[in-house]
Amino acid sequence: MATAQVSPLHETAAVAARGPAATAGDYLNARNVSIAYAGRGGEIVLAIDRIDLAVNRGEFVCLLGPSGCGKTTLLNAVAGFLTISAGELIFEGKPIIRPGPDRAMVFQQPGLLPWRDVLHNVTYGLEMSGRMRGREAAARARALLELVGLADFAHSFPHQLSGGMQQRVNLARALAVEPDLLLLDEPFASVDAQTREVLQVELLAICRRAEVTALFVTHDIGEAVFLADRVCIFSRRPGRIVREVRIRLPKPRDEVRLKPEFLAYVQEVAGVLGSAAKAASKA
Amino acid sequence: MATIVLDDSGAPRRQESGIFAAMGQRTERVVLGTAFIVALFVAWQSVTALGVEPPILLPSPMGVVEAFRGLFSSSDIWADLAASGKELLYGFVLAAIVGIGAGLPIGWYPRLGYFFDPFVNFLYAIPRVALGPLLVVWLGIGLNSKVALVFLIAVFPVLVNTSSGVRSLDQHLIRVARCFGASDVKIFRTIALPGSVPFILGGLRLAIGQALIGVFVAELLGAQHGIGAMIENAGQQFQTDIVFAGLLIFAAAGMLLTACVRWLERRFDAWRV
Repeated sequence: MATAQVSPLHETAAVAARGPAATAGDYLNARNVSIAYAGRGGEIVLAIDRIDLAVNRGEFVCLLGPSGCGKTTLLNAVAGFLTISAGELIFEGKPIIRPGPDRAMVFQQPGLLPWRDVLHNVTYGLEMSGRMRGREAAARARALLELVGLADFAHSFPHQLSGGMQQRVNLARALAVEPDLLLLDEPFASVDAQTREVLQVELLAICRRAEVTALFVTHDIGEAVFLADRVCIFSRRPGRIVREVRIRLPKPRDEVRLKPEFLAYVQEVAGVLGSAAKAASKA
Repeated sequence: MATIVLDDSGAPRRQESGIFAAMGQRTERVVLGTAFIVALFVAWQSVTALGVEPPILLPSPMGVVEAFRGLFSSSDIWADLAASGKELLYGFVLAAIVGIGAGLPIGWYPRLGYFFDPFVNFLYAIPRVALGPLLVVWLGIGLNSKVALVFLIAVFPVLVNTSSGVRSLDQHLIRVARCFGASDVKIFRTIALPGSVPFILGGLRLAIGQALIGVFVAELLGAQHGIGAMIENAGQQFQTDIVFAGLLIFAAAGMLLTACVRWLERRFDAWRV
């Protein structure tokens, strides 16, 4: 913790590091990152093993793999919830030490405060990060509710919303702090299939409009191919990135799901996942 | 079971048959609740009208009303009410302040919990009315020892409920708040405090009944004035009508305080509906 920085300093430094001068892969960079933790019996569990990952500004990257492969662990490290055991994890030129409002996390559980209405749930991140409050925050929140299509529900309470709507509020709350990097941990895993497809389309549109960079964890191949500019496929634990597949489908992708190119990508990714699983079971 | 049907205009309407058809749920509750009390009074009046020997075993309802009239025609009752009211309110308010004030940090900081929990459990395990004689020795026979006893009895439900409310907070919400870079103070204010309000109010409700026990027991240990003392004296003189009147005064005080807490619950718990 000796190298910990005061967050306002961190923020200005981050602003200075931006701009067109940043070269490819300079934005978020994992070099040789391993993460191990102590298991229940005290044994050391290696969750991810020497991962290299470079994410460019504005890119949408999916981390895809079987459950328990360590993809969420990597996301948590980027969020600053846990420290890495070896290697380097650099965001905007600085090592990641702790959580910060420059990286917003969207969890699988909406995590809305039940005693706040929708509007004040969206302002919550702004208040917590100390950026904005009162009317200014409310105005920003209203704009974001517009963006996620919930403008009419500003004064509803979370329990009055469906799971899909709650997840939209969750997304709006994350976007309200204008994060540079949006981290999404299977955000649509607990909504029904139809709602999920709608939310995926909306997420792409929102990311384009809000110009955010996104790191999205999923185990759903179709979801990864639909959303991503690049899919990073993980092996079983200890997680390694076995292949990166660049998805060259034009955006917006609203109608892409039935096209042969889309299905070809799904097949390719599924093939890589399958052979990774086979390799693991042989070893 | 009440189902909701939509009429032609699409407005929801409650569908129910029988005598409750015209009532809302609230009226229904009040009517049913009152009905039982009325039935009880009728049964009571009938039993006494049939004659209980000797009559002092069970005064009739009208006899109790008479006792009330008698009590309020003398000025002693005001001194009794004032004495018991002070003991109850001071003790209860003190219990609420200390219970919430100590319960929040004890629940929030695990180390503070480890530190205080054994002591709290120890005190909780003692029948606290048994501390009465000791308090009289320490604080005298006056108001102080009585308030202290009410406080000691009532503080534990508040304290234990408050700290367990803070401990059972949704950890996921705290993670979300940390993700936005929230400080501990902000997390405490925006999650721990509102999240434990239902537990705190539940504790206060339990504390009301306990505080009333405290008032009565404290006055048994010796008091010039007070409703508890009045009941005790009347009982020794077989004036059961006055005993009943005193019990009703205790009940009224408890119901009044409970109504206050319920009002608070409705205010803070609007989001739960």
